[in-house]
Amino acid sequence: MGLNLFFILAAIMLVSAFGVIFNRNVVHSALALLVNFGTLAVFYFMLNAQFLAVVQILVYAGAIVVLFLFVVMLLGAELGEAVPSWLTLRNGFLIALGLVLLTLIGTAVFENLIQGAQGDFTPEAIAEFGQVELIGSVLFTDYVLAFQLVGVLLSVGIIGIVWLARQQVKSEAAGEKE
Amino acid sequence: MIQLIWLVIALPIIGVLVNGIFGRRLGHRVVAVVGPLAVLAAFVMGLGAFLELLGRGGEAVTRPLWTWATIGTLNIEVSLLVDPLSMLMVLVVTGVGFLILVYATDYMIHHDEAGQAHPDRDYARFFTFLNLFIASMLVLVLGDNYLLMFVGWELVGLCSYLLIGFWYDRPAEEQQPIDLGPDQEPVKLAPLLSPAASGMKAFVVNRIGDVGFALGIFLIWNVFGTLQFLGDNGVFVRAAAVDATLPGVISWITLLLFIGAMGKSAQIPLYVWLPDAMAGPTPVSALIHAATMVTAGVYMIVRSNALYSLTPGVSLFVAGIGAGTALFAATIALVQVDLKRILAYSTVSQLGYMFMAVGVGAYTAGMFHLVTHAFFKALLFLGAGSVMHALHDVIDIRRMGGLKNKMKVTYWTFVIGGLALAGFPLFSGFFSKDEILADAFATSPALWAFGIVTAGLTAFYTFRAIFIAFHGEPRDQHLYEHAHESRPPITFALVVLAILALLGGLLGLPAELLHEVGLDLPHALENTLEPIYLTAEHSVGAAPHLSFGAELGLLSTSAVVAIAGIIVAYLFYVARPAIPQNLVRSTRSIFNLLANKYYVDELYDLILVRPAAALARGLSEGVDKYIIDLILVDGSARVVGWIGGLAGHLQSGYLRHYALATFIGVLIMVSYFFLR
Amino acid sequence: MTEVPVSYYLLLSAMLFTIGAGGVLIRRNTIIILMCVEMMMNAVNLTFIAFSRFLNSATGQIFVFMIMAVAAVEVAIGLALLVELNRHKRAVNVDEINSLKG
Repeated sequence: MGLNLFFILAAIMLVSAFGVIFNRNVVHSALALLVNFGTLAVFYFMLNAQFLAVVQILVYAGAIVVLFLFVVMLLGAELGEAVPSWLTLRNGFLIALGLVLLTLIGTAVFENLIQGAQGDFTPEAIAEFGQVELIGSVLFTDYVLAFQLVGVLLSVGIIGIVWLARQQVKSEAAGEKE
Repeated sequence: MIQLIWLVIALPIIGVLVNGIFGRRLGHRVVAVVGPLAVLAAFVMGLGAFLELLGRGGEAVTRPLWTWATIGTLNIEVSLLVDPLSMLMVLVVTGVGFLILVYATDYMIHHDEAGQAHPDRDYARFFTFLNLFIASMLVLVLGDNYLLMFVGWELVGLCSYLLIGFWYDRPAEEQQPIDLGPDQEPVKLAPLLSPAASGMKAFVVNRIGDVGFALGIFLIWNVFGTLQFLGDNGVFVRAAAVDATLPGVISWITLLLFIGAMGKSAQIPLYVWLPDAMAGPTPVSALIHAATMVTAGVYMIVRSNALYSLTPGVSLFVAGIGAGTALFAATIALVQVDLKRILAYSTVSQLGYMFMAVGVGAYTAGMFHLVTHAFFKALLFLGAGSVMHALHDVIDIRRMGGLKNKMKVTYWTFVIGGLALAGFPLFSGFFSKDEILADAFATSPALWAFGIVTAGLTAFYTFRAIFIAFHGEPRDQHLYEHAHESRPPITFALVVLAILALLGGLLGLPAELLHEVGLDLPHALENTLEPIYLTAEHSVGAAPHLSFGAELGLLSTSAVVAIAGIIVAYLFYVARPAIPQNLVRSTRSIFNLLANKYYVDELYDLILVRPAAALARGLSEGVDKYIIDLILVDGSARVVGWIGGLAGHLQSGYLRHYALATFIGVLIMVSYFFLR
Repeated sequence: MTEVPVSYYLLLSAMLFTIGAGGVLIRRNTIIILMCVEMMMNAVNLTFIAFSRFLNSATGQIFVFMIMAVAAVEVAIGLALLVELNRHKRAVNVDEINSLKG
């Protein structure tokens, strides 16, 4: 049953991924992206990463896609580029390249059986302590530096965006005064 | 002293460096001291070494300096050979060289009417080159192997080129046609080459000879495996053995080496550069083209006597060329109107004598004449230079006359030189020339005939020049008025050389003859040079020793011929000038031929120079301009530009292109890692 | 449930990544390109989590956590820049942002 679920979800995911690319309407692409993120969240649940699954929905589906839609509306760019057909020589060539990459990774994946160290993040431990606690305990001990740096990164990002937005406000104000 | 022999070369080199680098700043007075001083110091060193050598019986000493290179089995040593032959040459080169340099200190200064000195614009450069030449010549004669000799050989060729073309921006000069009287066309003469062209000609012609020389050296190396003269493994000691096992090889070697001598010592057919070399300053003509460089070929043969005495065929060839050249050049000298050219052809002719001597195995006689010739020919050239100095560089004898009254020292020294050249009895030239003629006669009367006829012509043309230039009425009144004797540096050199020309005969008194008469006087040169001959028997013709009567007869013949030549010249040019004029008029075609030097230069130009120039032009315009310049150089530039243009497309400015490039890069990296 | 072998997840992730890369190369609309970049990042996330599950290590999930944070910031700034660019050039077509030509 798990396998069947996997295939169904995989199909949905891939179809929505194609939908993101091959859609003339940008809003439709954004919605396809939303579906894509959703399926990914389900996959995370299946992989015993409940915390991240929820974060995925909150951040990606909830914030990022919404942000995309905001900008699309703001710029009035619902209509994507006007091309008569996606089936051009150039596109074919690029798709071929992509297939090459895929084949490479695919062969690598199926030939080298992954063997690595077994950690202590076992499903039993998750069931006993709860995933969030376990993640938290690792995050705030072993990876606390990375955590702090990400915090810095977010702050920088915010400052940058606020600054950019201020520029816009300034030029608008300047434009209005004239 | 012998161990310090390398100083002999080093001292002139120091002169080169000082004069060359600081000459301009030091001023002509300092340069005039440094130049001759370096050579004098070298002479003193050489003298000391020579005396020391004599003290130990004349046995050769090798002074190794350093190893130049070791290539496979070829070990090239720079080491000097001190033996009677090389020291003799050292003394001649530095001794005569010193005198000529002293002369040059004044010669290269133009004094104007008020007595103001105007040194030549390139005064320092001149003395730099002269010192360089002295050093190069010394390398040539002091080298103890063929390679070092060749190095010196080439270097003196270079110095010759530099010095002939010293006044490089002087143009070619037209020569006045020879006037044969009112009812005949004047005889046209070819224009004189510019100094630059003359230098080029000398270098190129020498080069041709050098090819032969180089091939000879290669052959020596090939056959002997070494280029050293002496030593148990040296060429000379093993020559006889090699000749036995490889017949004919030594003949090739000697022949090829002689080709080099033909070029350097101006024998037929490679003599043509010497007359044109007169475009250089007169001290250069005296030093290089009379006393020293041109004698290098003779020295080389004498040094290689072990080889030449094994090849009678080639030696006879050498003698033949020498005799032919002697006569040939003398005939040209008969009718020349340029004083220096007369002396130049005389030099070619006298060199012919030297080769005739060494060709018949009379190596000592050849060296003897080399030494006496250095004395009197240098003297004559310097005298000619003194005349030129007085007449503002006029060298055409048709504008001279009566100078004996105005330039006494020059006149008398010139006469002494002329008497020596003519072979007047008891002057140095008499002894050396007679010895050659006697040895020639012993081998082949035909050679002797060439020699004696040439001797007569020599006496004649020498005194023709003297009588025309110094006697009689001045032909150019203006020039005559301004003529004056030269200054002390010049007259000093003239006097010293005159003494040497007078007394040089003492070096080679005919010991056997005198012995018969009861006088026990030695042939100094013969005794000195004795040690250098490896084989006791060094006469090619295995000369049947001439009887006393025959020798005496030959001696007197030489004397008579010389005196006769002088008398005929007196007759023609002092007593009855009408005779030569009528003679020339009636033999116009012959005269034309002689005056134009048998048109040899024109012949060479036609069959050699023009085709070569055409080939050069073809190569330069065809190959160089089109293939190399257009296709290779421009072409490669255009290809690079084209590739650059292609590469420029990579910077399109389009994000998508950059993204694609990145993607392809990732693809490559992934494939590398995954497929490993 | 029968186990889904890890290689299936990896392959799926690779396919998603490839599709995202193709999208970046094919599309000319800047917003779509940014979306495809997000897809590629998600593919990587999937890989990490799959490994975390099958190697019983928390490191994978922590890494995904970081990636998500970075992705969020990156999208925000990217879109802000896009808006800014639109002010000056009135263009959403990435081909028209070619001032760096040559």
